[in-house]
Amino acid sequence: MAEFGWYSDKVLEHYQNPRNVGEIEDADGVGMVGNPTCGDIMKITIKVQDERIEDVKFKTFGCGAAIATSSMVTELVKGRTIEEALRVTNRDVADALDGLPPIKMHCSLLAEEAIRAAIEDYRTKTNNK
Amino acid sequence: MKRIYMDHNATTPLREQVLEAMSPYLREAFGNASSLHFFGMQARRAVETAREQVAAALGAQPREIVFTGCGTESDNQAIKGIAFRGKGDHIITSQVEHKAVLETCQYLEKQGFRVTYLPVDEYGMVNPDDVAGAITDQTILVSVMFANNEVGTIQPIAEIGQICQERKVYFHTDAVQAVGKLPIDVNELGIDLLSLSAHKFYGPKGVGALYVRQGVKIDPLLHGGHQERGRRAATENVAGIVGLGKALELRLDELEPEAERLTALRDRLYGGIVERIDHVHLNGHPTKRLPGTLDVDFEYIEGEGIIMGLDMAGVAVSSGSACTSAELSPSHVLLAMGVEPALAQGSIRFSLGRGNTDADADYVLETLPPIVERLRAMSMLSP
Repeated sequence: MAEFGWYSDKVLEHYQNPRNVGEIEDADGVGMVGNPTCGDIMKITIKVQDERIEDVKFKTFGCGAAIATSSMVTELVKGRTIEEALRVTNRDVADALDGLPPIKMHCSLLAEEAIRAAIEDYRTKTNNK
Repeated sequence: MKRIYMDHNATTPLREQVLEAMSPYLREAFGNASSLHFFGMQARRAVETAREQVAAALGAQPREIVFTGCGTESDNQAIKGIAFRGKGDHIITSQVEHKAVLETCQYLEKQGFRVTYLPVDEYGMVNPDDVAGAITDQTILVSVMFANNEVGTIQPIAEIGQICQERKVYFHTDAVQAVGKLPIDVNELGIDLLSLSAHKFYGPKGVGALYVRQGVKIDPLLHGGHQERGRRAATENVAGIVGLGKALELRLDELEPEAERLTALRDRLYGGIVERIDHVHLNGHPTKRLPGTLDVDFEYIEGEGIIMGLDMAGVAVSSGSACTSAELSPSHVLLAMGVEPALAQGSIRFSLGRGNTDADADYVLETLPPIVERLRAMSMLSP
C-alpha cells in the first residue's frame, strides 16, 4: 500500500480509487456544500427510485480526506432507502475509513451534509410535483 | 521506491561533513563552554570558531552573533528584544512574513504596541516607499523578511535598510530562507538584526543565530546566565553551533554555482510544467526569487491532493493550501498577493536543493500531469 503520513490505508485507497465519481445528468437530487476558502466543496447527485437511492455520484474540490469521505459516503448510501441514508452520520463515514486525523473530521461532516443536501433537494422537488 | 526530496524550504538533509564536524562534541568533547577546565575550553573554542564562521558569512563581527535555539527564537528575540527596550510603541512589518514574525507582532499588539502590516504587490514584494511612509517618531523597528519561504520573492532589502538608517529606525530581517542561498553583507544592506536557522542550509535542527549590530541593545528573552554576552542565558548547544558554523562555511564556498544551477533547474521544471499542463500560474517574482523556489497554482484542484499523489510516486513537495494547515484558510502570503482563495488552494511549492538533478525534474514532469488530470476530472470546478 502506498503511504502518506497521517492517513489510514483505507483513506489512501479511496483517494487513489474513488468510487462513484461523476455527475448524474438527470439527477433527482443535487447537494453542494462547502466553499473554496475553507478548502473543500462537495457535490453529490442522486437518482431515486421508490424512495431508494438507485445511483449516486460525487465531484469534489478538496484534499485527500475530502475525496475519500465523498467516495465513502456514496458507497454507504448507494442502494439504501432515503430513511437509511439519512441515518448515515459523519462518524459512520470516518469509521468506515478506519478513522481520520482530528483536523480532517470536518471533511466527514461535509460528506454527511452533502448527502443530506441532495436528499433535501430531492424532497423539495418531489413535493413540488 | 526512489524518493525525490523537493521540500528544501521546509528543511534540508544534514550534510555528512557537518555531521562529522559535530560528532566529537556529542562524544568526547562534551564540555560545558562556560567551564574553566580543559573540557570547557575545548567546547568554548568550538563555539567561537563557529561564531567566526557565521560572522564571515554575513560580513559581521563575531561579537555581533548570538546563537539561539532556532529561527523562530531569533525572530522572537529580535522583535520582542527591541520592543521591550521601551523607546517607542510602533513596529512595521509586512503581510507576507513567516508566522514567527507575524504572530510575535500580534502578541505585541496585545501588549499595547501598534503594528503596521505593509501590503505587497502581485509578486509578494514590499514597496520601500510604503516603509518610508509608515515610519513615525514612535517607530522602533522595521521587520521585513529577506526572502519569502512560500513563493521565494526577494525583498528590496538594501532600499529598506537605507530608509531605516536615514530615519534612525532599527531594521530586522528574517533571513531564514536567504542565508546560505544568497550573498548577504549586513553593512552594505543596512541590516541591524538578522535571523537565520541552521537546518535550512544543511545544518542540524534546533540551532539558529541572531545577528545584532554592535550598539543595538536588546532585552533578552531568556534570563538565568551570562552566556552569549548576557543576550541568551542557556548552556550552549555546542554540537549544534559547530554544525551551524560548518554548514554555513560549506555553503559559502558553493553559493554562486549552486544558485546558478538551481535557478536553471527551477526554470526548467516550470517550463516543463507549463508545456504539459494548462491553467497553471507562477506565484512569486519571475526573477527576483530564491534560486530553488518554485510555487505554482494548479487551477480547479486543491494542493493536498497533489501532494498525496506526488508522495505516492516518491516526490516530496509542500502546499499553501488550507488543507495542509491547521487553520483551514489558504496561505496568507498568496492572499496578500491578491491570489483568489480557490486558486491559492491549488498551490504547490517545489523547493529544490543540493541533491536535486535534471533527472529529478524529468521524473516530476512525467508523474505530475496524470495526477493533476485525475484530480481535475474529480473536481466540479473544472470546466
